[in-house]
Amino acid sequence: MSTLREDQLSIVEWIAPGSRVLDLGCGDGALLHHLQRERGVTGYGVEIAPDNIIRCIARGVNVIHSDLDRGLSDFDDASFDYVVMTEALQAMRYPHQLLRDMLRVGRESIVTFPNFGHWKCRLQIAFGRMPVTEHLPDTWYNTPNIHMCTIRDFEALCASEHIQVMDRRAVDTRHRDSRAMRWWPNLLAEVALYRCRRQPA
Amino acid sequence: MSADFPADSVGLVSPKSMDFDTPLKLDSGAALDRFTLVYETYGELNAARDNAVLVCHALSGDHHAAGYHADTPHKPGWWDNCIGPGKPVDTRRFFVVCPNNLGGCAGSTGPLSLNPATGEPFGPDFPLVTVRDWVETQARLADALGIECWAAVMGGSLGGMQALQWAVDYPDRLRHAVVIAAAPRLSTQNIAFNEVARHAIRSDGDFHAGRYYEHGVVPARGLMLARMLGHITYLSDDVLMAKFGRELRDGKLNYGYDIEFQIESYLRYQGESFVKRFDANTYLLMTKSLDYFDPAARFGDSLAKAVARTRAKFFVASFSSDWRFSPARSREIVRALLEADLDVSYVELESELGHDSFLLEIPLYHEALAAWFQRIAAEGTQA
Repeated sequence: MSTLREDQLSIVEWIAPGSRVLDLGCGDGALLHHLQRERGVTGYGVEIAPDNIIRCIARGVNVIHSDLDRGLSDFDDASFDYVVMTEALQAMRYPHQLLRDMLRVGRESIVTFPNFGHWKCRLQIAFGRMPVTEHLPDTWYNTPNIHMCTIRDFEALCASEHIQVMDRRAVDTRHRDSRAMRWWPNLLAEVALYRCRRQPA
Repeated sequence: MSADFPADSVGLVSPKSMDFDTPLKLDSGAALDRFTLVYETYGELNAARDNAVLVCHALSGDHHAAGYHADTPHKPGWWDNCIGPGKPVDTRRFFVVCPNNLGGCAGSTGPLSLNPATGEPFGPDFPLVTVRDWVETQARLADALGIECWAAVMGGSLGGMQALQWAVDYPDRLRHAVVIAAAPRLSTQNIAFNEVARHAIRSDGDFHAGRYYEHGVVPARGLMLARMLGHITYLSDDVLMAKFGRELRDGKLNYGYDIEFQIESYLRYQGESFVKRFDANTYLLMTKSLDYFDPAARFGDSLAKAVARTRAKFFVASFSSDWRFSPARSREIVRALLEADLDVSYVELESELGHDSFLLEIPLYHEALAAWFQRIAAEGTQA
């Protein structure tokens, strides 16, 4: 049985039945497996870890072994309805270039990332230390997250890249939101979820 | 007797043979009025006849893929680590068929066979065959065995190319294609290596323009050279260094041309043992078939168009240190399959062992294959 992470469950409802999905950093293929069974979705996962690739194969999820830092050159323009990347943007060498590539390959992109603007992060920085939280448990020297950003940072990047935000959810680590979180997402949300597309010309 | 073989082996096997007497028109324009394929099978064909797996061999392979022959009870088939009960291609679920390719030297019709027109061995008169021709003969074998659609066609290197060609030529007759350490066509460098190998054979004084059988000799030096060269390209620089380094056989330099470094001894041994089991004319023909392989050529050089008619699901794998058919070549295949919107999974496996990795029991590789074949078996029971 596939067990979805909370952020994955949240984005399932953004994906139209029968659509074509590319899942970047698909891990063990749980999201695509779920989408295939529940929403009649087709598509591929992209993954770098061989043991995860084998798990994808075992559950019948198409998976392509690839390093996302080398871009999406294997995929044609506009060949997917959605290009999804959950909790991986901050670990990319060039997040802005990958975002561009995602919107080249897909009609829409769905991105989730940990919000570095959360008050717990701000507080630890204020006391002069790099943040270590429940959701970001790694220390500065061993974290895979080399490009942390805040919700405001991400939206500024979208604006400068002419990317239109279609949907946003700002939630805590249990993926609950609250009125306060909707008012002050950059201070109170631990995880941000975005659905974007190229700004219509 | 069978108790002597490992429990996960298919045990004692013996080759079968099938005669075909409907003329076979070849890509070259030549034709064979009749031909014979020697093949082995492992496991049982089920009642629905939908559990058959075709295993295609590479340049120097043959039909003896798994199990043991009575006369060589200590030497299993060339892919025995992959085929057997409980192995990635599990013979408790699948019926495996492995033929010796047309033009081979292990029993199927080839240069060693008698030419009915002359009563002498074909030798150099045996027509050049292509991967397409092989697929055609394999399809006839499938017909004869009552297999309408293969559960999978699989192979490594030249064998993987046959699996790819199957998807092009018989798009409805396979459900899965397993393409390992292959390429969509040979690079210039690949062809160059093949030409050196052929030149070594053809310039051997004992070659006699391919009619060496009549002279009671074989072009042993040329064939040995070809194999030595091939062997270097099948392994990586790193693995040669790790295995042999600069180790000296006698522990000191002798300042002569006899064997000094261990690698020289190894290559000569590989070459000499190959000469005992392989025919030079077949080697020439097989390298030509490799050179000619280009399934996209008939489709405006678009491999995506070539495979567009199939619904087969592809498993493509490559090995990091393979420089004969590098991961980049497998990615070309994957890109075409993606362009054609086909189901495909691709894995690049970490290995220092070069092109030969596809024959070896590398844990992640075999886990991936096992997962793939379990998926095939699961789909079979759903249908």
